[in-house]
Amino acid sequence: MEPTSSPAFNPRIEARQRASALWATLLLLATLVGIVVLVFLLVDLVIKGGGRLTGHFFTNYMSFDPDRAGIKSALVGSLWLMLLTTLIAVPVGVGAAVWLEEYASRGRLMRLVQLNIANLAGVPSVIYGILGLTFFVRFLALDRSLLAGALTMALLILPVIVIATQEALRSVPKGLRESAYALGATRWQVIRSHLLPVAAPGILTGVILAVSRAVGETAPLIVIGGFVFIAFTPGSLLDPFTALPLQIFNWTGMPQASFRELAAAAILVLMVLLLAMNGAAIVLRNRFERNRPR
Amino acid sequence: MRPVRAAFGSRWMLAAAVLAGCGRGPVEGLIKIDGSSTVFPITALAAERFMADTSDIRIAVGISGTGGGMAKFGRGEIDISNASRPIKDKEVDKVRAAGLDFIELPIAYDGLVVAVNPEATWVDCLTVDELKRMWEPGSKVNSWKDVRADFPDRPLRLYGAGTDSGTYDYFTAAIVGEEGTSRADFTASEDDNVLVTGVAGDPGALAFFGLAYYEESADKVKAVRIDGGKGGGCVAPTFESVETGQYQPLARPEFVYVRKDRATDPAVGAFVRYYLAHARTIVRDAQYVPLSDETYGLVRARFDAQTTGSLFHGSTVGVKIADLLRGMPADTTRSAR
Repeated sequence: MEPTSSPAFNPRIEARQRASALWATLLLLATLVGIVVLVFLLVDLVIKGGGRLTGHFFTNYMSFDPDRAGIKSALVGSLWLMLLTTLIAVPVGVGAAVWLEEYASRGRLMRLVQLNIANLAGVPSVIYGILGLTFFVRFLALDRSLLAGALTMALLILPVIVIATQEALRSVPKGLRESAYALGATRWQVIRSHLLPVAAPGILTGVILAVSRAVGETAPLIVIGGFVFIAFTPGSLLDPFTALPLQIFNWTGMPQASFRELAAAAILVLMVLLLAMNGAAIVLRNRFERNRPR
Repeated sequence: MRPVRAAFGSRWMLAAAVLAGCGRGPVEGLIKIDGSSTVFPITALAAERFMADTSDIRIAVGISGTGGGMAKFGRGEIDISNASRPIKDKEVDKVRAAGLDFIELPIAYDGLVVAVNPEATWVDCLTVDELKRMWEPGSKVNSWKDVRADFPDRPLRLYGAGTDSGTYDYFTAAIVGEEGTSRADFTASEDDNVLVTGVAGDPGALAFFGLAYYEESADKVKAVRIDGGKGGGCVAPTFESVETGQYQPLARPEFVYVRKDRATDPAVGAFVRYYLAHARTIVRDAQYVPLSDETYGLVRARFDAQTTGSLFHGSTVGVKIADLLRGMPADTTRSAR
């Protein structure tokens, strides 16, 4: 047999390698789009708002004098919102996921519930704002308080936490469950001492990513009517509040260009906060993975 | 001279007076304000300065549009409503149906600027009639040539405030003649910066927005002079022409509405009195046009007397605030339109 002389066999090595290189370039470009946009955005923000990132920017309240304006109430409001949202959403979300994975029997009803949760994760955030306005602000008469905001945000991220926790529980090896049950552990003992610790990195990652989504959300806060000008920090759960995205939204709408610089500076703070949270997710996951029972 | 200090000498004496008066702690409390984005900078600036003096009173100001603010006001969710138009009769009914009442306080003027791109050298002044033909429902004006025969045949693109805003309500009342009606095919935004950017980038554009936004972007857009058709000729929008009443009909009053049952609250009362006593400086610093000292005196008297009800019955086109406050019947001061 003489492969080279056969008319049926044509290796076309050069053409295939060209195509391969072309695809590699296209895929690299696809990756770069995201990175370039982020870098461009950051550079633009630093140029516009970098000069506004002074000490008093963090310790002053919103002011109509651009040189004295700060983000204290917005930053404190965002941090409170983050803490409360986490405290509400995590127990409920993780609890629901554990029940769905470990207790619920598989059936048509369960599939329906599952489908609903997946659907809820894709519902636009403004819809959660309307729900929060109708239910928490008006019906439960919580008014436009920190608590109403946190409850709304908790609803928003609940499906994401449920799904992330379910994924994490599913990735726990079956053998772990079976050997624990074989030794006479109760269902709760298995969950508490084996499943949750092993699934913790996945759960934590999901939780932190979900909470950082809540921190960056603006639409639900606008719908439930968070206040824009607040020169005090909340003293109780029922106090009115503002948050970084609301402050940014307000500043970009002001006529004077110096407020848009302040908006850029506030966006930088928000971005750093989000990057820090995502960074924390990675660090926590790595630490848990090292200490993971094997 | 600050009103609180003027009356009581110091914050501590004020506190003592309240202690003696009602057996409660120092004046403290939470004042919730919401409504028009146009009035927001004025009220929030008043709140900022007031809180710098009186640390125990906390004020939160939101933005949900004049209509949105009135809806919250009618449900008793807020203490003060910012409005860039007078309260409507059906909003009055809602407030009263909830067992509440309100004190209407005019606090400033704002001019609405009709702006075009600087490249639109052909237009310098427009009459109210020409603006009406551009904006009226079903308008067929799609080229500048349709506005006036000697204008070039360039496409005309319109930008304006969103239909939920008091600004839109006022502009349509003053120009089209009927509040809330206009052609639908214009670019609407609640954010005046969007309108400025739109006009700055489009040689055929025409927009209306607040005077403060024009003052900040006079290098990017050109203000058209307005001929109100009352023999005054073409008038440019400036702080002076709005204040003197020459810039008509696109100068309008701005309001705050105070819930009557909350007006007697020491915190709300102290804030409103501070606001009215310093209104001239606050309004000017917020880049709006103040009312005359005499008018502010009448407004203060109205608040002190707790006079409820609206003087305007839904329209402020062409009215003189001071005359209305002095108790002259509204229809004699109403414009002929």
